[in-house]
Amino acid sequence: MEEALLRAVLFGTPLLLAGLGALLSERGGVVNLGVEGMMALSALVAFAVGLQVHPALGVLAGMGVGSLLGLFLGVFAVSLRANQFVAGLALAALGLGASGLLGKRYEGTPLPNPLPEGMLAMLALILALGLHLLLSRTRFGLYLRSVGENPKAADLFGVSVDGVRYLALALGGGMIGLAGAYLSLAYRPSWTDGMTAGLGWVAIALVILAAWQPLRAIFGAYLFGLLFFLQFRLQGSVPIPSEAFAAMPYLLVILVLALSGRARAPKALGQPFDRGR
Amino acid sequence: MRWELDPSPSPRKVLLTYALFLGLALLGLGLLFLLYGVPPLKAYALLLSPLTDTLGLAEVMRRTIPLLLIGAGLALAFRIGFFNIGAEGQLLMGAVGAAYVALFLPPGLWSLPLMFLFGGSLGALWAGLAAWLRARFGVNEILTTLMQNYLVYYLVVYLVAGPWKGQMVFGFLYTDRFPPEAQLPRLGDTLVHWPTLVLGMVAAMGLQVLLFRTPLGFEWRVLGENPEAARYLGLKGGRLILLAALLSGFLAGLAGVGEVAGIHLRLLEPAQISLGYGFTAILAAWLARGRPLGVLLTAPLLGLILAGGDALKLALSMPFRVVDVAAGLLLLGFIGAEALSRRRLVWRR
Amino acid sequence: MGVREALARTWYSQGRALARPMLKLENITKRFGPVVANRRITLEVAPGEVLALLGENGAGKTTLVSILYGLYAPDEGRILLQGKEVRIHSPKEAQRLGIALVPQHPELIEAHTVAENLALGLDLPPVFSRRALVRRLAKLLEGHPLGVDLEAPVARLSAGEKQRVELLRALLNRPKVLILDEPTSVLTPKEAEALFQEIRRLKGLGLSVIFISHKLDEVLAIADRIAVLRAGEKVGEVLRQEADKDLLVRLMVGRSLAPPPKVPPPRAEVVLEVEDLLVPRHGFPVQGVSFALRAGEVLGIAGVAGSGQAELLQALAGLRPFQGRVRFLGEAWPQDPARLFALGVAHIPEERSMGVVEGMSVAENLALRTYRRLAPRGLLDYRIMEKEAEALIGRYGIRTPSPRTPVRFLSGGNVQKVILARELRGGPRLLLAMHPTYGVDVGAAEEVYERILDLVRGGSAVLLVSEDLDEILSLSHRVAALYHGRFVGPISREEADRERLGRMMTEGRV
Repeated sequence: MEEALLRAVLFGTPLLLAGLGALLSERGGVVNLGVEGMMALSALVAFAVGLQVHPALGVLAGMGVGSLLGLFLGVFAVSLRANQFVAGLALAALGLGASGLLGKRYEGTPLPNPLPEGMLAMLALILALGLHLLLSRTRFGLYLRSVGENPKAADLFGVSVDGVRYLALALGGGMIGLAGAYLSLAYRPSWTDGMTAGLGWVAIALVILAAWQPLRAIFGAYLFGLLFFLQFRLQGSVPIPSEAFAAMPYLLVILVLALSGRARAPKALGQPFDRGR
Repeated sequence: MRWELDPSPSPRKVLLTYALFLGLALLGLGLLFLLYGVPPLKAYALLLSPLTDTLGLAEVMRRTIPLLLIGAGLALAFRIGFFNIGAEGQLLMGAVGAAYVALFLPPGLWSLPLMFLFGGSLGALWAGLAAWLRARFGVNEILTTLMQNYLVYYLVVYLVAGPWKGQMVFGFLYTDRFPPEAQLPRLGDTLVHWPTLVLGMVAAMGLQVLLFRTPLGFEWRVLGENPEAARYLGLKGGRLILLAALLSGFLAGLAGVGEVAGIHLRLLEPAQISLGYGFTAILAAWLARGRPLGVLLTAPLLGLILAGGDALKLALSMPFRVVDVAAGLLLLGFIGAEALSRRRLVWRR
Repeated sequence: MGVREALARTWYSQGRALARPMLKLENITKRFGPVVANRRITLEVAPGEVLALLGENGAGKTTLVSILYGLYAPDEGRILLQGKEVRIHSPKEAQRLGIALVPQHPELIEAHTVAENLALGLDLPPVFSRRALVRRLAKLLEGHPLGVDLEAPVARLSAGEKQRVELLRALLNRPKVLILDEPTSVLTPKEAEALFQEIRRLKGLGLSVIFISHKLDEVLAIADRIAVLRAGEKVGEVLRQEADKDLLVRLMVGRSLAPPPKVPPPRAEVVLEVEDLLVPRHGFPVQGVSFALRAGEVLGIAGVAGSGQAELLQALAGLRPFQGRVRFLGEAWPQDPARLFALGVAHIPEERSMGVVEGMSVAENLALRTYRRLAPRGLLDYRIMEKEAEALIGRYGIRTPSPRTPVRFLSGGNVQKVILARELRGGPRLLLAMHPTYGVDVGAAEEVYERILDLVRGGSAVLLVSEDLDEILSLSHRVAALYHGRFVGPISREEADRERLGRMMTEGRV
């Protein structure tokens, strides 16, 4: 039982981190469908730096790459006012592709001194709490929520819509990068192509499931973690093909989305903001 | 300095913007080649190498077929605001349907038509499910269709490793070979299964006519452009979206039938059936700007990238992932250019 | 007196200028593509003065405000604040300079509380608690005559309360110049009077106020000086004591207005019967709606914005579920817009954007109701579609380069004519019209009225919803009002005047 909970937390941690990252920018009205690619590329960079320099530095490098990719998405989704969904999908492909390409030389190399998972899991919890406080207790949080609800009004109030959105993408990107680093430096200290295994997409679903609330995301992430764990555990012990277990999380995402219904999303989610339109 | 909408950009500006972004995308790709340790020019030459001989052109053509079918359907789906990201899964469903007919029904003249019909229908069903979930529960179809991709992926893995595993294939994970009646004819020695190619071209032209010349297409365009106006006119939005979803899923299913009946001649591991056609076709559809006919141009272009990626893989043993990079960069370049050409920088104040 | 003489009487022509203006605009020009929204506009306002900007819809008032508030950059000209040239490149900069705006439609964040909305206008510390914020705001607003509940979510406020929040927010930073853009359009007459009180108080404190409106009475009641804009240009400027209604109308419109058209009396046949209609909606439901509408009759429905008139019309147009009995020519009422149109019910929607598809051509937009008829053998016949379109373009005077031009490129008035042409072409038995002349210039508005009256003379019934009391009073045979969703009336036009209609709207009594 205790083990189940522990594994659930450890499985759930990258989901939580990536989910918080996506949540942050979505509260500001920017959909980030690039999470999967951002995670993959930051996992790779984190691993490379971790292997050659030090894992702790690897974490920072992963977060840095995540932030940069977030800003890169911002160029399209914020400044150019392009279709956020398509820009995010393109970024996902780019990140997955680039990491697969550049990571080939690291494939199969183990990391001699991995980071403790528990520490990073703790950090994820603290970040969730911190994000909650950021949203409810700070000036930036108020600006962010305003921009996500009604960018036109926020603009009239003198809030820099683009600036807030960029900052949210950079901060959120950092968390997504941390999720990647957790995978390659702590969770399974190595690099393989496709190691994110769809976690990025599940993270986006998690945001909806959590109704855009950081504290709810904690429970959602651990719930998914528990399901992943059960899937892993039950494999082979029951007469059900292992593929059915492997497919379970994705089926659950669909079910959860259908059952969680039409949670109230930030009003301006996915809409580029144009002054004077 | 200000960033404003440009109501009527000059053609020259539009052209220059697109050229600029294409250049940036190529530069980005070159940078990645460099990081990987290959001289960019050599890599580019290899990427374009399929254009230099007939065998290469046949490769491009073969890759074009699924892109054409899927892209035409997606151009329609995107136009009316149904973001079907699950063509990959719908393609696999088509492959499963084709394999069922080929392996478990008595072979005959009817085999191929039945495979297309059944495979296409499974694809349609798979896409229709997402449309239904959206209409009924308000679930975002981007996420459902994506998740559905994983579901079929595991379904196919299960089938080829379990119940449908071939009698005489021993260690390999695939089914028996399809009977000859269930194999598509090809052009000469190439892998170009021409009946599917014809289907793709017919689909692109047919959807173009449907969209721009029929009352149904008229309603689709109204709905896609202004859902509020569609409501005001009393159009049945849910039904229109479902219909478009079914059509795009059907076409993706046909593409899957073509891949297994024209190239592999058996159902095998999902990663080998589709080389990310579903995603690449999104790009083909987006480049065609919601015009199914435009896919006749964009699908071969992306077919070239896929074939070029293969060449890179063979010559430099570069991971096939390079295709994702190229597609992602091109897509970003395209939407960037599209967006930038519609605005201008005003330097005063 | 013609325009020329009117101009000769204006303020600037007599060589007067302010000694020390608070804010001065010099030769401001702003173009949007080929359209000149503001042409060489020069204005100034003194401390403690109320300057009214008067003009029809589309005269360029809102563009000028947007320039002042940093939303647009002017193409030419400069802005001086207390004698120093300033560049206002963002709303933030405008606020820093002491320019505050109360926009025409409240731009508040509905999901936030009043306090959070007000906080956006404050210099906030990076970290704060909700309680501290409310305490600070309460202190800032202490003794202010306009009170609001700081912890209420904005979504629950009425339109008038929302505007009060906007005004308070504008005042929090102690501005030097306050811009009010059509502030009374969402207010009841009583609320408007309270607003005028407040403006007078602020004026006494030395604030410069720019009051934008297209309503003459209001402007004459509050302004010290009145500048009139027409078609993007300043056509005159007068001191309050030199101004009279006739002069202002001439300046605004460029000519005297035609006398209101005569409406023939209705016929006996009943077209629409509504009994005890109830339309559920956010807030108070629309209820108690009962009336019978006869052929050739216009029933006008007035109400303060948000009183339920939009929902009532949507329900009748088949866009919103309702309870109660509705019969059309004695038959049951289908709740389906397409079938309603087929039966002869046309609908001019509240938002023009709902009535057209901007990316589609004028011809296609004119065929939005009839496209099925144009495809006898399955394929749409564009030749016939365009030929029909050309006929309608000619008959309704729609200004467009060609039937193939996307509607996006048409002006607001012409878009409205496209909607009108499409809805009226088949000679509907009933027209549901909401704000049919909103945002349309005077000339186009007169054409719209003429078309609607043609229809009425032909024996059609019209249900007219408008916020413009003059429009309602000049077109209707009977008038009713909505008050917090409750249907008041109808009474006959002869019994109604502005005051009585105003009471129906704001007190719910006939």
